[in-house]
Amino acid sequence: MSDFKMKDIEWAKINEDVLASLESPRKAFWIVLAVCFALVLCGVAAEIYQYNMGLGVALMNNPHYWQTYISNFVFWIGMSHSGTLLSAILLLTHADWRKPIYRFAEAMTFFSIATAAIFPVIHIGRVWDMYWVLPYPNQHAIWPNFRSPLLWDAFAITTYATSSALFLYIGMIPDLAICRDKAKGWRKKLYTAMSLGWMGRATEWIAFQKTYVLMACFLVPLAVSVHSIVASDFAMSIMPGWHVTSFPPYFVAGALYSGCAAIITLFVLLRYLFKFEAYMTPEIMDKTARLTFAIAMAWNFLNLSEYASIWYSHDMFEHEMLIDKFTGPYAGVVWTMLFCATVVPFAMAWKKVRVNMWAMFVISLLIQLGMWLERFQIVSPPLASNHEPWTQVVVWPGLVQMTITAASFGWFTMLFLIFCKVFPSVSMYEVKEMVYHRNKHGKQKLQDLDKIKDDMIKTEEGLS
Amino acid sequence: MSLSRMLENWSRLNQRDYYKDEPIMWGMSIDLNKCTGCASCVTACNAENNIPAVGKEKCGSGHTMSWMRIERYWDLPEGEADLAVEDSEYPERGAHFAPMMCQQCNHAPCEPVCPVAATYHTPDGLNAQVYNRCIGSRYCGTNCPFKVRYFNFFDYQEDIPHPMEMLLNPDITVRSKGVMEKCTFCVQRLRNAKGDQADKGIRGHVEDGAVQTACQQSCPTDAIVFGNLKDETSKVSHAWESHGVELNRHEQFNAEGERGYRVFEELNVEPSVMYLDRVRDTNA
Ligand code: SF4
Repeated sequence: MSDFKMKDIEWAKINEDVLASLESPRKAFWIVLAVCFALVLCGVAAEIYQYNMGLGVALMNNPHYWQTYISNFVFWIGMSHSGTLLSAILLLTHADWRKPIYRFAEAMTFFSIATAAIFPVIHIGRVWDMYWVLPYPNQHAIWPNFRSPLLWDAFAITTYATSSALFLYIGMIPDLAICRDKAKGWRKKLYTAMSLGWMGRATEWIAFQKTYVLMACFLVPLAVSVHSIVASDFAMSIMPGWHVTSFPPYFVAGALYSGCAAIITLFVLLRYLFKFEAYMTPEIMDKTARLTFAIAMAWNFLNLSEYASIWYSHDMFEHEMLIDKFTGPYAGVVWTMLFCATVVPFAMAWKKVRVNMWAMFVISLLIQLGMWLERFQIVSPPLASNHEPWTQVVVWPGLVQMTITAASFGWFTMLFLIFCKVFPSVSMYEVKEMVYHRNKHGKQKLQDLDKIKDDMIKTEEGLS
Repeated sequence: MSLSRMLENWSRLNQRDYYKDEPIMWGMSIDLNKCTGCASCVTACNAENNIPAVGKEKCGSGHTMSWMRIERYWDLPEGEADLAVEDSEYPERGAHFAPMMCQQCNHAPCEPVCPVAATYHTPDGLNAQVYNRCIGSRYCGTNCPFKVRYFNFFDYQEDIPHPMEMLLNPDITVRSKGVMEKCTFCVQRLRNAKGDQADKGIRGHVEDGAVQTACQQSCPTDAIVFGNLKDETSKVSHAWESHGVELNRHEQFNAEGERGYRVFEELNVEPSVMYLDRVRDTNA
């Protein structure tokens, strides 16, 4: 228990601290927000230009049809996965160190899907006809093509976005009620509507817990399937370098990996901007870093096994492709990726590093850079080295593509920061629960859900 | 709507090779021995199919649109690496040319990946591209092993200077930006020929030679032969047969004197275009 150093935080103080975060963030908050907004504006300008001129201005060309829009799509979808990991998997496994940080991880999930969903729109040639991918009754009397992985994507994203938004919202209801009781003005109206008349009765808590755990059980397999589907965009094709059977697990591991890195980045950012030093402690960072390290190793293993299975196979094209990746025009990208995503995480082997906020901030950014490049090196090199030697062209993303990529980061951070300003980004009731249990049981682990429930009912009765 | 239609035809749709009883299957044979690389097929194709000339600049940035292209490969002596090309501009054994366009694959990898089913297989063995349905996801293009699909990265037709639009072929659409296009085996001509036959009361049969693709028509050396593969008397089925190429095989076993092969056969995409290998002087 002492390892969290939280027993001293009084319940009332938890409310105060978290609610204060809604009112008075550091000045830097506004600066970051303004920068993000500026980035988004640049991105919108680039998109308008591309929309009017045609996709050619993005500097993709004829055999090289896909580039950063697709890799960004995969990157952002991937990032959303560890939010689910932190909140759903760790909820089901009763890892209660997740409690102070899972809310923002869930928000990250939702906003990164919101970012990912933009990329297919930017990517396709005729945005105005995009709704044709949806199976709706129409006078063309034609269905979309159910065999296409891109169509599966459309389903996967909508399902995942809806359910993660619900999960985030449901988990937030008790906190919204607290906010409602304290807030004034437009906030009062907003929280009143959103807290759905939550009174904190024992029956409500029971129903709440059931729903929440049920949602978690639903989300875990969903998250795995979503990224497997994204992986099949590549794995279902016959392109050398994409046609890899191990892509689905590789993508899921990669998703968790980059997502964990993103959680660390936002952890440090929030801790600083909203003055959450007492909640987001170095000890929690330590655990998150360990988790990240474990996932990093899983990802590296899958990466290596992909290389090995190509190397020892007899597929000439795949073979060439692999050699080309390491020595060809995109070699710089691949080696940087290997440095950032394979070598850098070993720094987390030292506890000193794991508890040092700024070191972790830098490491997490490097890992994310590595994982972004990973997506890039999945998409681009195969298009520059495929079956047909005549059409092998090397293309680098141009200004338009890079502006839109940068804007996506701005867009994500902007949405995320606005969320944290409007809604409590640390779960008040779960932190209280944690403090309560730690005080009561000492080091004793929580055994089962029933017990939690009983305790909670008692607590609620005691309170009222 | 289409769901009921799908259920009605379920047993037929489930059948493998359900087009096998169709009377027509278009195919082609290209003799690389005859091809001189003069590119008149490319020009004819551009004129016939309203393919925009994109200009020098866009050509440089890789936005070329020609559905047919002449690929030039230097013939190197057996066992010599392609490094040799850098040493001498014209290697001794010369170049050989391969006209390359959509191979109208019978197991086309571009078809299943299109999210809106804008590309599909017609009963007469063509890989059709429906411009109106295309939303431009470009998945077909990445998945085509021959890389013969061309994407309208810009609105090229808007740049046609005034009287020049009179040159456009009225039988075929002018594509807008954001749409994928590719060789159709001059589908407008095939449909016309079928229509003409239907007017005469004949269905399911087009006489050999009654229809020509633009590239075939303009080839000065008759390297390109086009016709109905189901018609045993047609020139193209004769060419296929005499050079030992068969459908539904992903490796061809050429006997002595047979030069037929299909490109990337090992991918099992079943192209409808057969190439005849160039005869080389192995002593050179
Ligand atoms: S050659 Fe390419 S575009 Fe033509 S049918 Fe085959 S895969 Fe499709």
